[in-house]
Amino acid sequence: MVSLNGYLILSAILFSIGMIGVLTRRNAIVIFMCVELMLNAVNLTFIAFSKFLGNLDGQVFVFFVMTVAAAEAAVGLALMIAFYKNRESIDVEDMNLLKW
Amino acid sequence: METLFFSLVAAIAIISSILVITNKNPINSALSLIMTFFCLATLYVMLEAPFMAAIQIIVYAGAIMVLIVFVIMLLNIRSESGRRTNHALFLGVMTGVLLLIQTWYLLWKSSLTGMKGSVDSAMIIKVGHTELIGKALFTEFLLPFEITSVLLLAAIVGAVILSKKKL
Repeated sequence: MVSLNGYLILSAILFSIGMIGVLTRRNAIVIFMCVELMLNAVNLTFIAFSKFLGNLDGQVFVFFVMTVAAAEAAVGLALMIAFYKNRESIDVEDMNLLKW
Repeated sequence: METLFFSLVAAIAIISSILVITNKNPINSALSLIMTFFCLATLYVMLEAPFMAAIQIIVYAGAIMVLIVFVIMLLNIRSESGRRTNHALFLGVMTGVLLLIQTWYLLWKSSLTGMKGSVDSAMIIKVGHTELIGKALFTEFLLPFEITSVLLLAAIVGAVILSKKKL
């Protein structure tokens, strides 16, 4: 029987890896994938708590997180395609139109 | 036996998520991310949430990742060139490690309340996981469920507007 802390520590490690990816990579699509990784780490926390507290609310919340992730994927990738059409690149360092 | 299996799946999940952020080629990153999603689905099965594991594979590994891989191939992105300065990498990794230490400290210092709900493994096996989720979704969480449909409609409209020829 794996304890709750095992799942929580795995989830913390995955979240930190995702955050390092968001902070260090420059390709917008890779940053997007790292955000998905962070969302999944949080989902794992929700489901682990849901099991160990005997309550299904956490899993319903995971359902909503997945819906938001799907909506985010559709809009985010459409934005990236629109940006690529203008600039021929999806490097985040080229996204400086609003920079002061 | 279960601990051994958990360690194996956790190790694969961590290694493939490290590959996501270290690979130079976005396609390789996407494939490693799919591997991580499958490992997480395995963990969901171990946590007695088979419906969530199925959704994880169908929606995440199936729909969202196919969309991402499709866009990567559509844009034909080449690998990153090493223009990034070293201190940005250093600061990013430092922040991540700091966050990990913080979370670790929190987990080490805190404990669960001990208040448990009514759903246990016997009930999940008897009633069925999908039925329990469906009951919760369509009674207690009906309003958030309806709001989610509005969110999806807004996302569809946004995606169509953004991908028009003249923005």
